[in-house]
Amino acid sequence: MNDRPGPERLDVDALVDDPETGIVVCCGSGGVGKTTTAAALGLRAAARGRKVVVLTIDPARRLAQALGLAELDNRPRRVELGPEVPGELHAMMLDMRRTFDDMVLAHAGRERARQILDNPFYQTVSTSFSGTQEYMAMEKLGQLTAEEEWDLIVVDTPPSRSALDFLDAPQRLSTILDGKLIRMLASPARAGGKGLRKIVGAGFGVFAKAVSTVVGHQLLADAAAFVQAFDSTFGGFRERAAHTYRLLRSPGTRFLVVAAPEPDALREASYFVERLSAESMPPAGLVANRTHPVLADLPAARAVSAAEELESEGNSPLAASVLRLHADRVAVAEREKRLLARFTRAHPEVELVGVPAMPHDVHDLAGLTEIGERLAG
Amino acid sequence: MSSEWDRQLDHARLHFVSGKGGAGKTTAAASLALALATGGRRVLLVEVEGRQGLAQLFDTPPLEYSERRLAAAPGGGEVKALAIEAEAALLEYLAMYYSLGFAGRTLRKMGAIEFATTLAPGLRDVLFTGKIKECVRRTDSNGRYSYDAVVVDAPPTGRIVKFLDVTRAMADLARMGPIHGQSEDVVALLHSSDTVVHLVTLPEQLPVRETLETVDELAAADLRPGAVLLNRARPARLATRSVSAAADGRVDASRIRGGLESAGLDWDDEVLDGLVAETVEHATRASAELSAREQLHGTGLPSLDLAEYVDGIDVAALYELAEELVARGVGGNG
Repeated sequence: MNDRPGPERLDVDALVDDPETGIVVCCGSGGVGKTTTAAALGLRAAARGRKVVVLTIDPARRLAQALGLAELDNRPRRVELGPEVPGELHAMMLDMRRTFDDMVLAHAGRERARQILDNPFYQTVSTSFSGTQEYMAMEKLGQLTAEEEWDLIVVDTPPSRSALDFLDAPQRLSTILDGKLIRMLASPARAGGKGLRKIVGAGFGVFAKAVSTVVGHQLLADAAAFVQAFDSTFGGFRERAAHTYRLLRSPGTRFLVVAAPEPDALREASYFVERLSAESMPPAGLVANRTHPVLADLPAARAVSAAEELESEGNSPLAASVLRLHADRVAVAEREKRLLARFTRAHPEVELVGVPAMPHDVHDLAGLTEIGERLAG
Repeated sequence: MSSEWDRQLDHARLHFVSGKGGAGKTTAAASLALALATGGRRVLLVEVEGRQGLAQLFDTPPLEYSERRLAAAPGGGEVKALAIEAEAALLEYLAMYYSLGFAGRTLRKMGAIEFATTLAPGLRDVLFTGKIKECVRRTDSNGRYSYDAVVVDAPPTGRIVKFLDVTRAMADLARMGPIHGQSEDVVALLHSSDTVVHLVTLPEQLPVRETLETVDELAAADLRPGAVLLNRARPARLATRSVSAAADGRVDASRIRGGLESAGLDWDDEVLDGLVAETVEHATRASAELSAREQLHGTGLPSLDLAEYVDGIDVAALYELAEELVARGVGGNG
């Protein structure tokens, strides 16, 4: 079933059974089936006896229903699996805003928390900043880990254009909000950074004026007040981001890269694998999701010529159609194999498993169980 | 009801192409631009996500923040391309009102511009749509529009309505100043009959459901949905009448066996079982595809197929897809 060009086949069961595996992060570009993979993996681990929580970010509605996530309350809820299942599956959907609020309330004194939550700029940061979702996914992961209640935490990553955003967005956000610029722009007169001003020269005054013309002086003032209040509570965004980042680098955290057997998705997967390796966080493996392996051992060319023969005789139209659709399938399977072989040539060390596509959408636990079986090969 | 490309869509001058991630937005936008340019028109193809997807597709060096010829279209037409970056667009704005000169470069190095666009997330979208408006409205010395049409490889369906909701984004920004001054023109253009939003999808359940939701969202935001482009349409191998039986697992193996024998093929039970299993999967997909098409039909929007290219899309395939679109009426040459 799983044609695999590479040297090693990813053993998903060994990964989830390993008591050392505390966190599995499913990453990959948008639209490759990360959330479904995370859910199927969690379900499989529970069926194998582990106490699992799956943190989903933005599940499709029917998948959320399959997991009993009709209510969004930012806490894990137990998924009923029946008495024969030895483990437990809990699932939750990230509520970005609420996670942010909770973080502020938990760490800041009451008065300081009010200051932060009431700041108009906080509304923007907590709802529409690019990077906040990634930041809060990390925050929630940190909280779940601190609970020490779970054998295994399976994390889905936000649906971003690039898989790398998951690693980069929190850092980017903190660079912006920690920077000297925000202080200087908010109150250029008081900013002591003479050195910086010297480098920028007269241009700074012009720019500061331009920026405040564009984004408004009030917004700058709010932003500065927010950053100041946040700093004194959390030691800054950067420190907070660095803290959760360390969790990702701990040995119990394993990364599964999910990709569709398509050029764009595999290119993203390649970038991500390289990046993880560069940061000494080697990926556990690649899940090639929704492959179309050939099920009948019959060469495409022979199928096509036989179909032509039948068609010219007007004989057995069903068999002719079946031979044609088989030839189509061989062509698709060959292409997928070629693409995966190319990936493996570039990354021979990455273990890989192909997950054959389900012919229909998955929207219940039976479907997720089936995907789990395909994942395990 | 109309399922062909209609004339009204040809009158639109600004075409946004959105769609579910992975559905083939960039391919569809490029094919549409070529189709609209066919017969001698000038079309600008715009990228806003910084992915350089167009350069990869056309196998050219990375696009920049300057319009440059990307491809010739049949009949003397031309497609130019432009990659809009928020940073360059903001500097362009500021330069119009302040003499930034040398300071602009320094500020770019400091990341000050990324800072400004991060601080006010709506600013990025406002800069993109502002630049797009400028391209659409630009005229040459004879008073003729520089481009007959502008096609945008737009953000995916999850973000498209927000991207085009300039009014809301402006609420984040200063109530005065250069950007605010021209945003009213942008809003007017986006909500006029000059602008349409096409949606690329796959002939499958979930992508089509997402498309239908987006059609509603667009309508609610007073934006005009254009055509639905069904990408990777696969040939239907089974007769429509046998699809639903086969999808339920009812495949007459003895008839297949008879056919294999009469064609002189060697077969064994394993091959036969495999063929039956492949047929059931094919039929399951085909049946989902039929109901997806019916649902799309219900919207009354034109829907056009883009054929699947199993070996991947290259420049030649783009021209073939464009030809298909022209044959279906795109560009009014059909």
